[in-house]
Amino acid sequence: MGVYEAVIGLEVHAELNTDTKIFCGCPTRFGQEPNTQVCPVCLGLPGVLPVLNQAALHKALKAALALNCHINQWSRFDRKNYFYPDLPKNYQISQYDLPLAEHGYLEIEIDGKKKRVGIKRVHLEEDAGKLLHEDTGGTRDRFSMVDYNRTGVPLIEIVSEPDIRSPEEAKEYLENLKTILQYIDVSDCKMEEGSLRCDANISLRPAGSKTYGTRTELKNLNSFRAVYRALAFEIKRQSEVLDSGGAVEQETLAWDDARGVTVKLRGKEEAHDYRYFPEPDLTPLQITEEILSGIKEGMPELPQQRKDRYMRELGLSAYDATVLTRSKTLSDFLDDACRLGAEPKAAANWLMGDIMRILNAEDKGIEDTPLSPGHLVEMLSLIDDGVISGKIAKTVLEEMLFTGKTPNVIVREKGLLQISDASALRTVVEQVVKDNPKVVDDYRSGKEKALGFLVGQVMKHTKGKANPQMVNSILKEVLDG
Amino acid sequence: MSLCDLTVHEVLDLIKSGEVSAKEVRESVLARIEKVESRVCSYITMTPELDSDGAFHGLPLALKDNICTRGVRTTCGSRILEHFVPPYDATVVTRLKAQGIGIVGKTNMDEFAMGSSCENSAFFPTRNPWDLDRVPGGSSGGSAAAVAAGEAMWALGSDTGGSVRQPASFCGVVGLKPTYGRVSRYGLVAFASSLDQIGPITRDVLDSAILLSVIAGHDPLDSTSAPVPVPDYVQDVRRDVKGLKVGLVREYLGQGTEDGVRSCILKAVEVLTDLGAHVEEVSLPHTAYALDAYYLIAPAEASSNLARYDGVKYGYRAEGAVGLLDMYQRTRREGFGEEVKRRIMLGTYALSSGYYDAYYLRAQKVRTLIRMDFQKAFSEYDVLLGPTAPTVAFRAGERTSDPLSMYLSDVCTIPINLAGIPAVSIPCGFSGGLPVGLQIIGKPFSEAIILRAAYAFESSTDHHKNRPALTGEGGEA
Amino acid sequence: MIDRETVEHVAHLARLKVTDEEISRFTGQLSQILEHMEKMKALDVNHVPPTFHVLEEMVNVMRGDTRREPLSQEDALNMAPDPAPPYFRVPKVIELGVDQ
Repeated sequence: MGVYEAVIGLEVHAELNTDTKIFCGCPTRFGQEPNTQVCPVCLGLPGVLPVLNQAALHKALKAALALNCHINQWSRFDRKNYFYPDLPKNYQISQYDLPLAEHGYLEIEIDGKKKRVGIKRVHLEEDAGKLLHEDTGGTRDRFSMVDYNRTGVPLIEIVSEPDIRSPEEAKEYLENLKTILQYIDVSDCKMEEGSLRCDANISLRPAGSKTYGTRTELKNLNSFRAVYRALAFEIKRQSEVLDSGGAVEQETLAWDDARGVTVKLRGKEEAHDYRYFPEPDLTPLQITEEILSGIKEGMPELPQQRKDRYMRELGLSAYDATVLTRSKTLSDFLDDACRLGAEPKAAANWLMGDIMRILNAEDKGIEDTPLSPGHLVEMLSLIDDGVISGKIAKTVLEEMLFTGKTPNVIVREKGLLQISDASALRTVVEQVVKDNPKVVDDYRSGKEKALGFLVGQVMKHTKGKANPQMVNSILKEVLDG
Repeated sequence: MSLCDLTVHEVLDLIKSGEVSAKEVRESVLARIEKVESRVCSYITMTPELDSDGAFHGLPLALKDNICTRGVRTTCGSRILEHFVPPYDATVVTRLKAQGIGIVGKTNMDEFAMGSSCENSAFFPTRNPWDLDRVPGGSSGGSAAAVAAGEAMWALGSDTGGSVRQPASFCGVVGLKPTYGRVSRYGLVAFASSLDQIGPITRDVLDSAILLSVIAGHDPLDSTSAPVPVPDYVQDVRRDVKGLKVGLVREYLGQGTEDGVRSCILKAVEVLTDLGAHVEEVSLPHTAYALDAYYLIAPAEASSNLARYDGVKYGYRAEGAVGLLDMYQRTRREGFGEEVKRRIMLGTYALSSGYYDAYYLRAQKVRTLIRMDFQKAFSEYDVLLGPTAPTVAFRAGERTSDPLSMYLSDVCTIPINLAGIPAVSIPCGFSGGLPVGLQIIGKPFSEAIILRAAYAFESSTDHHKNRPALTGEGGEA
Repeated sequence: MIDRETVEHVAHLARLKVTDEEISRFTGQLSQILEHMEKMKALDVNHVPPTFHVLEEMVNVMRGDTRREPLSQEDALNMAPDPAPPYFRVPKVIELGVDQ
């Protein structure tokens, strides 16, 4: 079996989260009743003309800058001509030889080692509609249905250089890209809603070789996991082809997630002939320094910068900082909590621990819960002040995540206040001592361990609410006195 | 003369002085339509419920059927849009309505504005009111014929390579192609997006200035609409032309120009000289390449613009197709006429892989040379002169079998579209009883100057006062 | 100048069904037109920039990100030759490589 190196490039399409479409004033909302977010312009009616949405251009430029791209001073839109029912004009307004931006990079980290993946180009274009052709019997055997709501939603296409060498790197690249786009607020990046889509191409070559092998193109990659699995499968498949002395065929393959295999999408393709030409209905774009400096000013802290800050200023470990900054909402939450006075490490521990555990179990983001940074801060100070124990705090937190009530209300309503009343505790201790004469004898004969059992009994009687330090000292008083 | 034979400004004066009512004018137009439409065939769809509000009292206008009208079918002279009813108004229509101009009907045209004779209409040919055996020109033939025959007080056409000016010339009326970007294209069904422009067709120059004032100006719905202020064309038109520097374009009077046309143009030069203009010959050396560049650029853009007619969202769909590809191919085969298919083929070829550089890109470079010719000429002259068409109206059927000969009838108008500059065609005499058009060409956004030169010429001649015999005022033809 | 095969290919790109007789006719006519263009091909344009827009000074024409009322679903579908509310409907894609 030969030793091969994988050469992988990714092409990502991200829908921009503008209010309206790229060339008309239709809303871009997802999940609406079919064909209700359409107008003469995006339906491609005779006589209509496109006018560029400034917010789409600015968001695309913001993404290109965050990806360290060179922004072309002159850029333009071109028509990409092909017939398909999801494309009302039968051409897509896209960019061809003068894209918005080129020559950028994205940093990834694998096993502590940093690596730059080149970004070949970032360009702006319009999305197509949706063609539904599942066979459900009846007329759908002969027809496909078209919904044009998505037609004209602004898209950026981000094409990587073939710098990726493994499925792990591909996944890391996508995770980082998604995080960046979310941080700068240009895309929701929801793969399940199609606002982030990815195609991959992959070829193998003998380790150490500088030439490229024949590549296959992978489509229908509907999750990061699918990208990972499809690439891993394709590496294995192509290796086997090469090992057996065969040649990899250049083709487009679809990932079948259920079966875990790639399947031939179509046969040997005719060469595409998209007949690109400059879009006469739109003016050229001149991206001036003035436009760029405005966008740079509005650029928020990027994930890498935030991660460095967490390590430097909050004293978090590289691992913790990475996990926390992967989600913008989670790290925004942490920053807000710190601003409200939370001790950073304590807040980070709660976020990384119980909060993430519950969110993952519920498949939610922190923004989907009623939990607010203020509530977390309140809970932390209740622990600090000895009002509740750490153990009780877990119960309080769960309640906060689901109901949105403040910790104080929860503690009061559920009677979770820590018992620090010495006389009340003494009564319980005396009862426990009386009920466990054998254990008390053990303690008195020098078995220190017996004390722990008695403390546990006191806690049991108080449903965990007793102040542990006080229980200890009162117990010793009663037993030794 | 009937009221419908007067110009709009004459009628407005009469209405103002109380001598006639707007209703009488509208009725006069409808009566003329009743009388001659069966012979001229200007209209595809009649919309006689005229609005009488606003500054222009509902004075009837004929609208080319490639300009979208909400709730009124807009066919582009094509089977594929035969039953298409737009849910929106073109920007020019909104402006007409706001000024109380009534749309009396949608006029016949060469399918998708591709043609120079109105014979490429999917429905029927329009006839020239001066001689029913001859073509009215095209592609705005219906609009020009309607104005010439008194079937409308004025009209709008669209001009991609001469489609307003050439039929105006053939029908003895005034046709103006404004500067590219002067009038919004929103709602004009695209033929060649970088060349298309809507323009007025009227009985005299003053009416043209009035109508241009109504439709010109920036439109946020058209990215190529220029934010250039609109001057008062009606005021400007009356200024004199003393000292105006005029270039007579040598190439437009070359081979292929009929003697009768040439002599009318030369007489017009004398008239302008008498009015105090300085006329000299000028050369536009790349004129010979304009036709070729045009017949690559326009079809290339058209092949893309017309891709949307596929039987999915609106318009015609072929019956009995098996699968999507078959549906597309049959729909477009049955929905488009011969000339449209020919240009789609030509344009697709010019853009296709391996030919783009040799054809489309090269044509756009030639376009630069043509623009530079004009820029050079306009560094010395205020306006340029030439015939609008090398011939008078030709006989129906004469050129339908030879596409190239049909294309040649636009040699004098095409360069103007390629350069994006304004030009007006005005009546300047007759040859063999048929009208000849004088073309006056200007710098970008100098409509006021070409209209002024046209008005000065018109004011000292009577050509524009002739009406075709068909109208019954001078005896039946 | 242009052969039958090319004409057939171009007709396919343009989604036009053409008969043998039409292929012959288009081949002849397009050849004649392209022959006329030979003159233009002789012109030296190597250092001439193309004119894609005549209004050179117009750049960055844009609109704000503000909504306009969409069409009603009924109005949108009413224009279609074969709607299946709430969708537009097309014959099923049965051919391979349809987007070439």
